[in-house]
This record gives sequence, C-alpha cells and structure tokens, in this order.
Amino acid sequence: MKLEDLKQRPVGEPMVWLTAMGLALGTVMVVYLLWVIFVNGITVFWPKPVYQLELDANSTHRVSAETNVFAGAITMDREITGADDGKREYQFFVGNKDIYGFMYKFVPQADLVESDRTKLTQPKDIMVAERLEYGNAIFYPVSMQLGTNEVLRAETPGFTSKLYALVEECNERRAKYTALEKKDIGRINHAIRKIDIQIKALTANKTTKEVQADAALTAQIDAKEKEKEKWNAEYEILAKQAEEMREAQEKDSLTYRLVTGEEKTLPIGDFVHIYQPNQFGFGDKVGFFVSHFWGFLSENPREANMEGGIFPAIFGTFVMTVLMSIAVMPFGVLAAIYLREYAKDGLFVRGVRIAVNNLAGVPSIVFGAFGVGFFIYIAGGTIDRLFFPDYVASKVPYFGTGGILWASLTLALMTVPVVVVSTEEALAAVPRAVREGALACGASKWQTIQRVVLPASAPGLLTGLILAMARGAGEVAPLMLVGVVKLAPELPIDSVAPFIHLDYKFMHLGFHIYDVGFQSPDSEAAKPMVFATTFLLILLVVVMNLAAIIIRNHLKKKYSTSAF
Amino acid sequence: MSEPETKEKTQPESADPKATPAAETEVSETQTLIEVKDDFGFSYGTTQVLFDLNLRIPNRKVTALIGPSGCGKSTLLRCFNRMNDLIDGISHTGDITIGGQSIFDPALEIISLRKKVGMVFQKYNPFPKTIYENVVFSLRVSGRNNKALLDETVERSLRRSALWDEVKDRLHESALGLSGGQMQRLCIARAIANEPEVILMDEPCSALDPIATGKIEELIDELKTDYTIVIVTHNMQQATRVSDRTAFFYLGKLIEYGETTKLFTNPQEKRTEDYVSGRFG
Repeated sequence: MKLEDLKQRPVGEPMVWLTAMGLALGTVMVVYLLWVIFVNGITVFWPKPVYQLELDANSTHRVSAETNVFAGAITMDREITGADDGKREYQFFVGNKDIYGFMYKFVPQADLVESDRTKLTQPKDIMVAERLEYGNAIFYPVSMQLGTNEVLRAETPGFTSKLYALVEECNERRAKYTALEKKDIGRINHAIRKIDIQIKALTANKTTKEVQADAALTAQIDAKEKEKEKWNAEYEILAKQAEEMREAQEKDSLTYRLVTGEEKTLPIGDFVHIYQPNQFGFGDKVGFFVSHFWGFLSENPREANMEGGIFPAIFGTFVMTVLMSIAVMPFGVLAAIYLREYAKDGLFVRGVRIAVNNLAGVPSIVFGAFGVGFFIYIAGGTIDRLFFPDYVASKVPYFGTGGILWASLTLALMTVPVVVVSTEEALAAVPRAVREGALACGASKWQTIQRVVLPASAPGLLTGLILAMARGAGEVAPLMLVGVVKLAPELPIDSVAPFIHLDYKFMHLGFHIYDVGFQSPDSEAAKPMVFATTFLLILLVVVMNLAAIIIRNHLKKKYSTSAF
Repeated sequence: MSEPETKEKTQPESADPKATPAAETEVSETQTLIEVKDDFGFSYGTTQVLFDLNLRIPNRKVTALIGPSGCGKSTLLRCFNRMNDLIDGISHTGDITIGGQSIFDPALEIISLRKKVGMVFQKYNPFPKTIYENVVFSLRVSGRNNKALLDETVERSLRRSALWDEVKDRLHESALGLSGGQMQRLCIARAIANEPEVILMDEPCSALDPIATGKIEELIDELKTDYTIVIVTHNMQQATRVSDRTAFFYLGKLIEYGETTKLFTNPQEKRTEDYVSGRFG
C-alpha cells in the first residue's frame, strides 16, 4: 500500500457532518424558541421608564385630540414596515384606556418634535398605577380626598408616602374580603346550592298543585327551606362584613391629571399598585420585578384575564397533569405488561400493538370528542343517574358535564400509547437472566414480574410518564371540549369538603394562552400576557419533568447494574 | 485436529441410536437421586437436541456435564428444573425422575419442583435488590415472611456460600455493588436459601476470574455434603477438580458417563478421548 492511499478520507466522513448539522439545527431552533419566550415573557415584569413627549404640530398620531403632548413607555422600537429609508417608529404604552379608548399607540419618530427625537424626557414625578379596571393609568397626582372633607394637595410633603400607605391598606382589606367571600361565603353558597338542588329534585315533574296537595312532600320542602334559611342568615352576616369592607375601600379617593390634561377621581380602593418608575434605582426595579412576577404567579386574573395573575391556570394545569398521570400509569403499565409478558405473539397481538402505536398519532381533538361522547355523556351521565339522582331530577349535571376528572381521563387515554410503548421497551430491556433467576427460585410468573421485572424497569416506566406528562400538559384542543373554561376562580382542590372537586371546571395555561392571545379584543395588550403565560407553561412542564427525572435517576442508581 | 475429520468419525455412529451409554459404571438404584430414563429425548419445535438419554445422577455427589457447545448439556440441565418451559414449542420423550417422582407429572407444581431444584446461572444474575432481599427471595415468594426465619436463613445461606464475612455489614445495600465472584456466590446463597435437594450449575465460573473461580470450586466441594450438584462446564480441568462423575455429551447424545477419574484417564470412547485431550471441541 502506498502512503498516498492512507491520506484518503475515510468513506462516509461527510455523513458525520450531516448528522452534526441535523443536531445543530434542531438545537438552534429549540434554544431560539426558548430564548424568545423567555425574554418576552420575563421582560413583561421589568419596569420601563415613562417618557413625556411632544408631537409635531401637524402630526396625525395624537393621543388626545386636544394636545400634542402625551406620556408613555416604549414597548417596541422598529423600522416602519415598507419604509426603505430606515425611518423608525415607536410603540408607546400610553395606558388610561378609560379616557383614550386604547392603551398602545404607534408614533413615527419623525412625528416627534425636534428635541424629543434625540433625547426623550423622563419626568420624575409621573406616576403609573395599576387599577382594578381599565388597566394601567399614567398621570400626575393632583390631590387626595381623605374622608369627606380633608383634602391633601400633591405638593404637600409626605403626599406620596401617604398615598402608598393608603393603597397598601386597601390591598390588605381587599385580600381580607376576597378571602371571606371566597372561603366562607363560598362554603355557604355551596351548601345552599345543594339544598336548592334537593328541593328542585323533590318538586321535579310535579305541578304546584300536586306539591301542595302532598302533605309529606310540603313538610319535606319546608324542612329544606328552613335549613336554607339558616344558611342564608349566616350568609347575611358575612355578606354584611364584606360589604362594609368594600365600602371602606371607597372612603378615600385620588384625583389625578393626565399629561394630556384630563382629570379623573378614583377611590383609592380601585388602585392595586402605584409607583413612580422614573425614580426607580436598580434595587427598586428588581424589587418591582420580583413582586410583579410573584403576583402573576399567585393572583387570580382580573379584567377578562387581561390583568392580574394566572394562579388558577397554573394550579389547574398542575392538578390535571397529576390526575392524568395517576390515571395513565397503572392503566398503561398493566396493558404493557400483558402485551409484553403474557400475550402470545401472534396476529392479534401484533394488531393490538399497531393499533396502540397508531393511537399516538390520532389528532388530539378526536380524543376530545371521544371524551365528550364517552366520558361526559355515557360515564358521567351514568354516574349521575346512579349516585346523584337529585341532580338529574333538577336537571343540573354533576359529573355529566365537563370537569377536571374527565379532562384528565381524556388526556390519560391520549397518552396511553406513550406509556405502553415505553413500558414495553423497559420490560423488554430487563435481561432474561434475571427473570430466569427469579423463576428458578420458585417464583411464579407474576411474582417474577412484580418483584423483579417491574422494579428493574422502573426507570423506563418513569421515562414513559415523563413523555406522557410532557404531551398531556401541553395539550389544549381536547380540553376545550371536556372541561376547560376561560375563568374558574374556584380551584379543583380547596378547603370546602370534600376538598378535591373532580367535577369542577378548571383553567389551563395552554387554554389561557389561546384565550388571552386570540380571543381578547386588545391584541397588543394581550401580547405580554401571552408570552408570560407561555413562559410559565414551559416552566411548569420543565419543573414537573425535572421532578420525574430526579426520581428516575434515583431509581436508576438504586437498580443500576454493572452486571448486565 | 481439523473439523472434517471429527465429523467423519462421528457421523456413521450417530446413525446408530442404540450405541449410547456404553461406559456407564453403574450407579445403584439407592444412590440415585435423578434418573433420566426411557430414552429421554428433547426437541425445540422440530429440532431434536437430545437423543435417547439414560443416566442416573447420584445423591450428594457432583456430576459434571461436559461436551462441545451445542451438544445439549445445558438443555438437559434446564430440563431438571423445567426451565425450558419458558420456550414455546418444546416437547420431550421418555422421563426424568427426581427422588423417584417424575418431573413431568402433570400433577406436579412446577414451582415446588423449582424449590427442590435450585439453579445457578452462567452469568451471575442478582436481582436489583439488597443482598438480604436477594437471599430471602425464594422464601418471600413462597409467602414466608417471618423476620426471625429470614434473618436466620440469610446468615446460614451466606455462611454456607462463604460470603457472610464479606457482606455481613452491608446486607441492606444493593447486591449490584458486589464484585462478580461475590455476586455469583450470592446467587449460590440464593439457590440454597430454599434448602433444595439439587443445585444445578450452568457454567457458573465462565464469567469469573481464576481467583473467584477457585473460591466457587472450593464452595462446590463443601456443598456436596448436603446437596446433589449437577454442573455444566466447558472447563475440563474444572470438571476433574470438582466432580465425582462426568458425563460427556456430543451432538445431543450421551457418549460416555462414568467416574471422573476414569473418564479422563481411561476413556472408553474414541470421541471422549479426543475431546478430553483437547483434540476437538
């Protein structure tokens, strides 16, 4: 052999490059996706400075008809579409939707007055307020009305801190009455609803005359009514407390003036948070970021999901995924055990296996439709007929309507193939030697599977669970049919007996994204919410998967083996 | 010696089925524990792998099964505890008895047979459990969960398999952390925990280094006072070292069976001589 021959590249070397390219491309796409979502999702909570600007006299982009001045935070800075001369435009968040009718405004850079084009002014005193209604307001404070007659002008020293303290006080009071309404009044409502249904059931299919004629029945109804009275009395007390607190929210009010000149007075109780972003140092910004991010995680949504937090959606997604896992694991694992360990390989088993694999490719909406048809109507309807005749009689479905149980089961059905396939693989990977060892010890086949094969394949089973969770948690389409709703502040797990409410409708992050992003009238305002929610959905899936992966690694260590 | 020559020699003889256990020095009826009789034959589907076997394996002795790969010795070994039942499409002719009872008796629970006939495999196969749980596995599956009994069994079995001193401080650690030789001795301990009558060993040392092999061989020597051991081995020296009797198989037939010393020093059959002297196989 000549040395020249040795210099030749090995056959197939370019294939290495090709495979590496495939991986690199995939990685870049995934990283870019996560990066876009992360950046857009996380910057929502970072405070932006507010500018006060003036437009050219002949600009057509006025925020207010009266004046050329306006204030806002820049949310986008881009080249004007179609302009090839590099002209830019800004998107400003101007807020004050109650007065302007919009929250965002595009303004070309060229429309700003000369001085503002190069240097944007940030007035120190300008305030941004989150409100219970109409989103944020951007304004200068004018005065506070404390009680009925005391008025505190904005120029007075200590005005700002007094304002902040009042907002804080209102927030505390709001938390209190919300808790009261939700927990205690919620419990009472629950009980009353139940009695109502019982009464309805008693009088169902009977005319008023028939009911009046039946003495025993009237007595029964009267007893129920009395019971209801008792609850109602309790309700009155609590409702009064809540009402008092709500009234206290209106006691003091703030008058403010927009940059464009309009003045408005709102009770302090209508503000959630007031701050002066142009006075923020870095520490303040971090604090603002943390508190807002936490608020987003832990609060209920407000204003048709456009403001506030997404806690019910996070919780709903979590509970649904857990329920799904609980349902899918035993089901899928048992099916896989039979298929792999017991069923004799033949045409039938091969057919079943193909069917199971194909099930993984069925569009998820089909499972949704099946969920409605089978779980809700047939299973739920039967449960209602058998166990909740009162509900059936009063024509209120209990389990016979969409709810978190049916949603979880629908998703469980959808993810069964994933679990079956990975379980089968895990079972097949358990060496024959170990099975024979167990059989040789006098174990029956089931004992072998239960005591040796399943523990040894536990990590593989968890891989199946991880895949199933990843698929299930991100699914939206079938859920829309089987129990997800736009707004469900009542959580499926709470402090009202029986604590776990499998019949409740629930919120889901995936559906929330769809709802906020595509069903809301103000798409600009929805964008940050969509990104933040998407980010959280990914975060939730990652966290749940990480938990499963940690368990799997623990099991792997336990059962890891150098012997096979 | 080259392959074709051996084939030439064996082919004409294998055509004559009745020519088999010529050199069996007798094992008397009373000494016999396992008897393969009635021209025992065994097939996987349509492929017959064992032909016309008749042999008696004596009680509390070590019997070695030797022969080239594919000669059916492992298959025969796996017949003794019916491990072959895991395979589809097997069939047999003739009979095997252990202690006078047919192991193919339909009334016999296969599980109770396997409790009587323990097995140690070629590749050590401890379960992914603790050392303790590995040893008591056979007790647990038969529903004996009495703590005192289990503790006692663990100590007795591990002492018997010469592993106790090495693992007594980590009984509740994973068995998979042991060395290869230790794992194989653990498998022996697992097999004897059930107090079987017979221990089948399928090339128990083939995955072990010489030192571990030496330990196992020593152990076999000790165990034969209480158990009947049938060992399949590829290692002729091992057969001479550990066994009392040796059976030589070739192409599914028993060629020669007798006392180990005799079979190795003075084989009656030409093929046995060729094999034990390393001329083929």
